[in-house]
Amino acid sequence: MENNALAAIASQVRRDIVRMVSAVNSGHPGGSLGCTDFLTYLYFEQMQHNPAFDMDGKNEDLFFLSNGHISPVWYSVLARAGYFPAAELGTFRKLGTRLQGHPSTDKNLPGVRMASGSLGQGLSVGVGAAQIKKLNQDPTLVYTLHGDGELQEGQIWEAAMYAAANKVDNIIATIDANGRQIDGDVDEVLSLGDLAQKWHAFGWDVLHMNGHDFDSIRSTMQQAKSMTGKGKPVVIIMKTEMGQGVDYMMGSHKWHGVAPNAEQLQVALDQLEETLGDY
Amino acid sequence: MEFEVLGNKDTRSGYGEGLAVLGEQNPNVVALCADLTGSLKMDAFQKAHPDRFFQTGIAEANMIGLAAGMTIGGKIPFTGTFANFSTGRVYDQIRQSVAYSKKNVKICASHAGLTLGEDGATHQVLEDIGMMRMLPNMTVIVPADFNQTKQATIAIAAHEGPVYLRFGRPVMPIFVKPDAEFVIGKADVLAEGVDVTIIACGHMVWKSIEALKELREIGISAELINMHTIKPLDEAAILKSIAKTGCVVTAEEHMMNGGLGEAVSQVLSRNNPVPQEYVAVNDTFGESGTPMELMTKYHIDTPDVVAAVKRAIARKPYII
Repeated sequence: MENNALAAIASQVRRDIVRMVSAVNSGHPGGSLGCTDFLTYLYFEQMQHNPAFDMDGKNEDLFFLSNGHISPVWYSVLARAGYFPAAELGTFRKLGTRLQGHPSTDKNLPGVRMASGSLGQGLSVGVGAAQIKKLNQDPTLVYTLHGDGELQEGQIWEAAMYAAANKVDNIIATIDANGRQIDGDVDEVLSLGDLAQKWHAFGWDVLHMNGHDFDSIRSTMQQAKSMTGKGKPVVIIMKTEMGQGVDYMMGSHKWHGVAPNAEQLQVALDQLEETLGDY
Repeated sequence: MEFEVLGNKDTRSGYGEGLAVLGEQNPNVVALCADLTGSLKMDAFQKAHPDRFFQTGIAEANMIGLAAGMTIGGKIPFTGTFANFSTGRVYDQIRQSVAYSKKNVKICASHAGLTLGEDGATHQVLEDIGMMRMLPNMTVIVPADFNQTKQATIAIAAHEGPVYLRFGRPVMPIFVKPDAEFVIGKADVLAEGVDVTIIACGHMVWKSIEALKELREIGISAELINMHTIKPLDEAAILKSIAKTGCVVTAEEHMMNGGLGEAVSQVLSRNNPVPQEYVAVNDTFGESGTPMELMTKYHIDTPDVVAAVKRAIARKPYII
């Protein structure tokens, strides 16, 4: 897909995100906007997947969102990729919705295979699913996404150690390295230290990319895919900007979990072209 | 009714044998263990099916997450570690990735309760039934002896959805027939009586069988129900029995808070509030000791069942 086509989808996804969270005055726009380009690329170019959703996902790539609070971007990308009607985005966080505040399988939303929200659990889930793909002689891959703050959870490192020790080489984990978390900068709250060195030391191949440059995303994701099947799991440290695409949300942790009001929403929408039609 | 002792074995060995049977019967069964393969008697499965056995090391949170992920692709994961590390240590992982996500994971927990013995209170979990039965979508099973644990292990593989299977370490008498049918959610009435209903699970079923003999000698006719499934609870069996006996004793190797007794009391209070007495650990941690010493000291032994029966009968309304 051409970069401008991906950018057009991403612009619509960003519109969806700010409209969804503003409508219910809750949700997490910051990380959602920061991961929009990555998830757009993942679903519209990288993954082999089927919007006619099947829970077992045999012979298709699987994606697990470990940092479940950025559900708005995932829901929008899933809808725009054909998993469910975009109109359903208007039900986000409302009573009875399939689009729960954090992703859930409880109401059978197509595209979601595991609840997430309580942080640190998605890498274990992804590694388990990847091992079963091997057992089933299924050559497709497992992708996971994690926040950088989420790496403060110990379970992530249990899973990292396990995946390398067991040569789980059909998984590509991506870290949303925006450097921000609820209470402030990650470096101030609890520094991750040398993150690349940590993953290296845990036995993973480590790549870096710019999460807002489709050329960087494409080349890195293709390289990551080419590195699978060689005995080591792969992690990508993806540099992003929380709130990317809406100027007043960028450069701070303040918009991690705060929704724009009606006036702020209009300012945001003025910066984001409507390309596929608002829901 | 006489109970024939068919042998003496630990319930964890029933799990190991059941898992080995499943390994042969069902290619979708996979097993995970957090560095306690010998203690959980999972060696036979590991040896016969190394490709379907996953050693996770001492990392229980990751084990539960792996198991949840392994259901995607159609497998039926059985996790194995001590009950303490199967529940409290990984409660949030079970809650989100297994129970809420409705994953077909079988959480198999050994060394439950005081009868873990000498290792002491750090390992003697007495809260696990409560934690697990509070989770929506979770089935909770506490089989009574070796044979029943084997039968339950095999049965839960055919049940779609999360299951907590609780068993233990000590060698105890076997009294369930090897060819008995295990039905999840259907209580076993082991003895019929008219004066009191004893509802027990796990090792306390044998202690209650011992109590039956003493009760008979003093002229008390007790009905004994093996409530191997704590959730879903066989309410019909409870109500049918108490309509006849008019009082209840519950017996469990668990905290009084949150366990079988509390589950039964909910049924009574909503339907037919009759006197109930509890044989359970009362809001205290355990300590080091032999399993039988601990059952005596913490009042979950045969004499405690007998005493509770007397208290329950004494509380029955006097009918002229």
